[in-house]
Amino acid sequence: MAAKAVHPRIDGGARGLSRRHALFGGLCLCCAATAGLTPRAYAESFTLEEVAPGTFIRKGLIADADAANLDAIANIGFIVGRNGVLVTESGGSLADGQWLRGEIAKRTTKPITHVVLTHVHPDHAFGAGAFTADKPVFIGHAKLKEALDARGEFYRKRLIDLFGEEKTGPVVYPKMSVADTAEVDLGDRTLRFTAHGPAHTTSDLSMRDSLSGLLFPADLLFVERIPSLDGSLKGWLKELDRVKAMGAARAVPGHGPVTVETVPAVEALATYLTALRDQTKAAIAKDVPIDKAVDTVAQDQSSHWKLFEHYNRRNVTVAYQELEWD
Amino acid sequence: MRPTFAAFPLAVGLTLSAAALGAAPAAYAAGASDTDQERNARWQEIAKSIFGDRTISPTDTLVKLDAPKRAEDAALVPITLTMPDRDKIKAVSLIIDDNPAPYAAKFEFGPAADTNELKLRVRVNNYTDMHAVVETTDGKLYEAKQFVKASGGCSAPMGMSDEEAMKGMGDMRMKFADAQPGKPVEATLMIRHPNFSGMQMNQVTRDYTPARYIDKLTVSAGDQKIFTMTGDISIASNPVINFGFKPDGKPIQVAASDNQGGSWTKSFTAPSPTN
Repeated sequence: MAAKAVHPRIDGGARGLSRRHALFGGLCLCCAATAGLTPRAYAESFTLEEVAPGTFIRKGLIADADAANLDAIANIGFIVGRNGVLVTESGGSLADGQWLRGEIAKRTTKPITHVVLTHVHPDHAFGAGAFTADKPVFIGHAKLKEALDARGEFYRKRLIDLFGEEKTGPVVYPKMSVADTAEVDLGDRTLRFTAHGPAHTTSDLSMRDSLSGLLFPADLLFVERIPSLDGSLKGWLKELDRVKAMGAARAVPGHGPVTVETVPAVEALATYLTALRDQTKAAIAKDVPIDKAVDTVAQDQSSHWKLFEHYNRRNVTVAYQELEWD
Repeated sequence: MRPTFAAFPLAVGLTLSAAALGAAPAAYAAGASDTDQERNARWQEIAKSIFGDRTISPTDTLVKLDAPKRAEDAALVPITLTMPDRDKIKAVSLIIDDNPAPYAAKFEFGPAADTNELKLRVRVNNYTDMHAVVETTDGKLYEAKQFVKASGGCSAPMGMSDEEAMKGMGDMRMKFADAQPGKPVEATLMIRHPNFSGMQMNQVTRDYTPARYIDKLTVSAGDQKIFTMTGDISIASNPVINFGFKPDGKPIQVAASDNQGGSWTKSFTAPSPTN
């Protein structure tokens, strides 16, 4: 199978999904399904793109989680190796994960041997419940367990409020924890994992495929959709340098197109995070209080990102708390 | 696997509220859909439990309450209280009606206070009315109100271990805005303290981290009091308070204590009034 050209589908942003609502853990969850698609229509509307040999990715909606989209807002997919299938990201709900599992079954009869939990956020973690019957090795950052201990049930309750317990699924913990680096051999290809320091969250795990050279930085790399800061701003900028230094020409971001050129995408994200850092620092230095800073900091970046108004103020709030003690 | 933590800590929060401030309004299963009438009835009951039968009159001038109508982060909701009639204000109470411990804070001002603007950061657990009640020097009560949309602020996990959250507990900083001769000075007090609400789950033991919060904070200019704050679990972690004071060249003294016996003091050099 040859990698086919990638045509990012920009189809998520304009579905008339209701505006933002309760915020938690750096994520926006809407309170009610006021618009959008029925669950069935939503599932049928998604497609997987083969972005590299045996590597299939679905573009998540550029929207906040709600009852209609079942939190299918992250880029999820799988890699087919000689010995089995590795799920790169499981989805934002049990229902989203079940959709992905169904798509895998359409394409291969190989067993699902590994499922990656890239970090603690619900749009990346709650699909995992769909794969427990396959008894795969769930792979996560060494800090993921404590992050799930702290937030798993909190997130689960919020998702249940949106679309019910049945579609939410359980909190799934990693079996294989990565403190530094680790490798998984699928027979004809090896996935190399890197555990990152506090950045987007405190449990960010990236992965590189030896066969295609494709990098999977998960939510260390946001494209198109405004990033949400929930770990460390200074740490994230540092880890972005590390992501760039990995030397992968192309990457699968956690949100945005299914693949992008790594360097320009990392630089675009770093531009936003740098503006956030520098302008927050300037506000603190001028004694601009947090309630005023949220209205001004990084506003010059708004035209570059979708959902900017949903998350930027919150990012400023998080950045301000991190930087005010410097 | 059913989450059961919603009901239990409510009771914990309530008990603490009673212990800390002597006022324990009943817990309500308050929701975003309550009518104005229901909210008003709740407020009447809370007000009665705190202020007894004293009359509370509405005011547009004695105190103004500013909060974001929709909070970005329910665990850190910035509040501004504006009280321009400096000589008339004796104390101000902030009440977050639908929080598990509604009585968030009370500030009692001393002779060195400038009450014009007071800022603090709170947790908001539900869509709620928020009330600021001032007591004037003639003993009367006046209230201002704002509705705030936020949820989960009291139970929101800290995103770090308890040990990490307690690092440097009691460290304090103070920043002063540029002083002008004869004018009050604006100051920002920052205190490192997790202000555990008792509703956050410990990541290792999966138990609730016991509430541990700043319950008393006294700030003075020399021997003249600026304010004493009585606090509760609704104050956000790492409390930051902006306030005004009348400088007389003496150092600013801060004494903070928490409900588990922790206490800390620090002295800051204040800008001189002649500068």
